[in-house]
Amino acid sequence: MIAVIDYGVGNLFSLVSSLRFLELDCIVTNKKEDLLRAERIILPGVGAFGDAMAKLRESGLEDTVKELAGAKPLLGICLGMQILFDKSYEHGEHKGLGLIPGTVAPLAADIGPALKVPHMGWNRLEIVRDDQIFKYFTNGEWVYYVHSFYAKNCTENILGVSEYGVMVTGLVCSGSGKVYGMQFHPEKSGNAGLRLLRAFAEI
Amino acid sequence: MISKRIIPCLDVMNGRVVKGVNFKNIQDMADPVEMARHYSETGADELVFYDITASFEGRKLFTDVLRAVASEIFIPLTVGGGINSLEDFDMVLKSGADKVSVNSGAIKDPMLISSAAKRYGSQCVVLSMDVKRVNGKFHVFAKGGRIDTGIDALEWAKMGEDLGAGEIVLNSIDTDGVRGGFDLPMLRAVGEIVSVPLIASGGAGKMEDFLELFKYDRIDAGLAAGVFHTKKIDIRDLKAYLRDNGVNVRI
Repeated sequence: MIAVIDYGVGNLFSLVSSLRFLELDCIVTNKKEDLLRAERIILPGVGAFGDAMAKLRESGLEDTVKELAGAKPLLGICLGMQILFDKSYEHGEHKGLGLIPGTVAPLAADIGPALKVPHMGWNRLEIVRDDQIFKYFTNGEWVYYVHSFYAKNCTENILGVSEYGVMVTGLVCSGSGKVYGMQFHPEKSGNAGLRLLRAFAEI
Repeated sequence: MISKRIIPCLDVMNGRVVKGVNFKNIQDMADPVEMARHYSETGADELVFYDITASFEGRKLFTDVLRAVASEIFIPLTVGGGINSLEDFDMVLKSGADKVSVNSGAIKDPMLISSAAKRYGSQCVVLSMDVKRVNGKFHVFAKGGRIDTGIDALEWAKMGEDLGAGEIVLNSIDTDGVRGGFDLPMLRAVGEIVSVPLIASGGAGKMEDFLELFKYDRIDAGLAAGVFHTKKIDIRDLKAYLRDNGVNVRI
């Protein structure tokens, strides 16, 4: 069973629909006991980094997520991926979960003035390092992004990137091999995204 | 690099996709879920649904359609038509929309853009503008293109962006339904002053029109209805054609 953490950040309709479409057993929850009994956890999220961390803390799940991160597969999506890192410079400086070394910084500062922010739309995901998450994915397939900040200083953990003025961190994995993060939205990336979710469900 | 997007637009009335010219001669076209499935399979990058019913019952049918589509189509979905309040945003977002397009509702109350952007994020708020030339100026029209508001389209586009709209759909009433190509002069006028993604609408008649459109690099997407619904253009063919002519598209 996959537990999708509901901590009041963003709309879970599409994510849950995509898991159901794949006939994967899932629940949407903010209860610690559900996370403990789940085989896998997904940490979604849209919005601002500071808010998301505050809400995760308020929900009382921050420590549970940290504890379980090495024990069972965890997938952070979009902002849920960003909060896996040490810290973010989105509107100030905020501490993240620290499950993957690296920082989250504004795209605008690094991509030059000619490109629009947010980085919104379909981009190719280029595989940097092969991994079981790519079991059903072909190098260079298109995925859907919407974000204004991106993870950097995390080279060793990068599995996939997309070019947008810089090499945008698209898919990461922790040293333990259990914690994954996707900056793009697999639940909005058509068949390619569904196949990444399927692979995560088999890890 | 991100691709140029091809976006079919589905007008939904009483739970069915319909097509009319200037809101007249409305014809029943298809089942929305079936049509959405077909477009998703043939390479549409995004889908836009406009609710063109005004009644309460129609609205309920529309959100049912939206839920059904969002349960099996996993590409971005934009919803518009009759969005006048944050409650309207809430209702369609909870039914599976990713972005919400405002038009007359934002003309009536521009703060709708800023309050929605604050609550849901700019990426969620699309400003849709129906624009027509009046005495050599670009005027914004309201109520499905029927009422001249007298508002200058360039000022409105800029203001919309400043208020927090994350994308602008520019629909030229002058070229809409004519199928003689997109309104490039109008698109250029707006494209030069906004920095958020710009989606062109109105006038697509053949594949070459999309190629001409994307030669202007400030255009992010092309939106059309009739040419896709009538199968005059198949999105697979269109994308292959664009790719062969050097346009970055998702295939």
